[in-house]
Amino acid sequence: MMALAQNFPFFSIVLAMFAGIISSVLPGKAAKWLNTLVITAVGAMSGWLLVFLCRTGEPFVYWMGHFPAPWGNELRAGLLEAGMALVFAVIMLFSLVGGRPRLELEVAQEKQNLYYILTNLLLSSLLVMVYTNDLFTAYVFVEINTIAACGLIMIREIGRTIEAAVRYMIMSLLGSGLFLIGICILYDLTGHLLMSNIKQSLALIVADGTYTAPLLTTIGLMSAGLAIKSALFPFHSWLPDAYGYSTVSSSAMLSSLVSKGYLFLQIKIFYRVIGLDVITNSQVIHILFLFGLMGMIFGSLSAIRENDIRRMISFSSVAQIGYIYMGFGLGTELGMIASVYHIISHAATKSLLFLSAVGITDASGGSKRFLDLTGAGYRNKIAGVAFSVGCLSMVGIPMFAGFVSKLLFAQAAVGHTYKTLPALLVLAVSTILNAIYFMKTVIRIYTPQREEVQYAVPPQHFGTRKVTLLALVVLNVAMGMLSQPIVSWIQAGLAMFG
Amino acid sequence: MLGGNLLANYGETIAMILFGIGFSDLLLQRNLIKKIIGLNIMDTAIYLFLAQKGYILGRAAPIVVNGVQDVDAYINPVPSGLVLTGIVVSVSVTALMLSLTIRLYRRYRTLDLDEISARIKKEYQKN
Repeated sequence: MMALAQNFPFFSIVLAMFAGIISSVLPGKAAKWLNTLVITAVGAMSGWLLVFLCRTGEPFVYWMGHFPAPWGNELRAGLLEAGMALVFAVIMLFSLVGGRPRLELEVAQEKQNLYYILTNLLLSSLLVMVYTNDLFTAYVFVEINTIAACGLIMIREIGRTIEAAVRYMIMSLLGSGLFLIGICILYDLTGHLLMSNIKQSLALIVADGTYTAPLLTTIGLMSAGLAIKSALFPFHSWLPDAYGYSTVSSSAMLSSLVSKGYLFLQIKIFYRVIGLDVITNSQVIHILFLFGLMGMIFGSLSAIRENDIRRMISFSSVAQIGYIYMGFGLGTELGMIASVYHIISHAATKSLLFLSAVGITDASGGSKRFLDLTGAGYRNKIAGVAFSVGCLSMVGIPMFAGFVSKLLFAQAAVGHTYKTLPALLVLAVSTILNAIYFMKTVIRIYTPQREEVQYAVPPQHFGTRKVTLLALVVLNVAMGMLSQPIVSWIQAGLAMFG
Repeated sequence: MLGGNLLANYGETIAMILFGIGFSDLLLQRNLIKKIIGLNIMDTAIYLFLAQKGYILGRAAPIVVNGVQDVDAYINPVPSGLVLTGIVVSVSVTALMLSLTIRLYRRYRTLDLDEISARIKKEYQKN
């Protein structure tokens, strides 16, 4: 007997996808409402599913078209998946509502329904990446995600965003190429595409000790592909332009959802396809660890040098992706928990930062340059407070979400045999670097202006933005104060992941 | 022996070499059209690899003819299905890349990505 809630993964995916298709013939306003409705519905269904799974305590498999494994295509939902879908829906809703005033200014009226097509497709592809149990389906939706993200970057048509979109596509396509060839080799090794079946066959191969080189190659190719796509340090060249110049909803969604979807898929591959013990014993994980550490330092250094507030926040994303890969690189369960926590806390914080940064620049006559922001915290009080909260959270001040991630990372690092020292050292250095550029900005926006400069008064209909910012602030503080239930949820979710 | 393996599976070897060519084309070329060509070489190499892996010597395509339903009569249909799906994906991303290229060309009258970046920088410094 199947409970109603067990259909929800499928319902949310199909709902989001069809809403995207229908939006293509709707006028902008109707598309906007449909989109809001769909995201809310997906969030509600994911929440319901989460409660349902808490009660039953067991993950379930949903057969698409009722073909049993190994022939059919499957969705699989556990605590972690349902919670992640909920987080994605909530963050997406906030990013869209908070960025809507800018969106309406920056995107032509007749093109606005296109924006909602893209967000619906983005949501559905994220949901598939969260729920699917089939590696090739994951690949196809990774590509859909890339295409949607490319559209989100270039919907504000200026030279810079088109160039950023091209650079983003090139990097992403390189990543997908590597990911696809990795899947193909894995399929040759195991003869399966369903994740659980691949894991069973791989266990036999590993026990036999055969095919070690192809196995290592495929782990390396898939990890490299997803690392390129989620902008791990040396592959981040497209990122500052793409996040810095696209419309603010897009920046918030790209940094807090798109790259997080790939990271979640990576965790899924670690746990459900390859198996964490095989991953831990392979050399690939050390490389991810190393690049993660480098990202933490170099991302922050680039952010310090940056003179444009939006680009500064973008470079900070590079550093944060580095943190997450450092957690992967530790290869322990604690490291994974820390990474998952950071995926969520970074999503909540980065969307807050992008949205409040626009409030600040709007109050400074639209300039993004650092010196022009002097005193902006007084001109737009709510954006100033929200931005400061985001900064404090990113730096890792207790009470905010970022502190808990840093604490978890440090705890995970201490538990490791030989990666403790580099991880803790880089964590400390990176925290100081974070503090330099974020605190510099906070001080700048709260420095009183010397001489009176008249700024164009920003339009006053931004009430929804204020509400969104406050909601995200509350979310950040809640994640910082009530971390224990979240951590135990992640732990339980990872336990039923494999 | 390693060399022997490479020669015996020459299809896969060629696919991997082509993949490398396409990959480095997409990464290193400055001309956008050449990059897109590289993308297509890379994707096609993956399909060649899949087709090679799915093919079993002496068997027919997996379409039931003359009522023969024996599994041993046909090749593995799954890789062919994957190739078809992959082709659809690669057609769409190629179309997207080409449309972006057209937009950039109309604005900056060049296909050289570095040149475009330089012009964009100049454009922004003026303002």
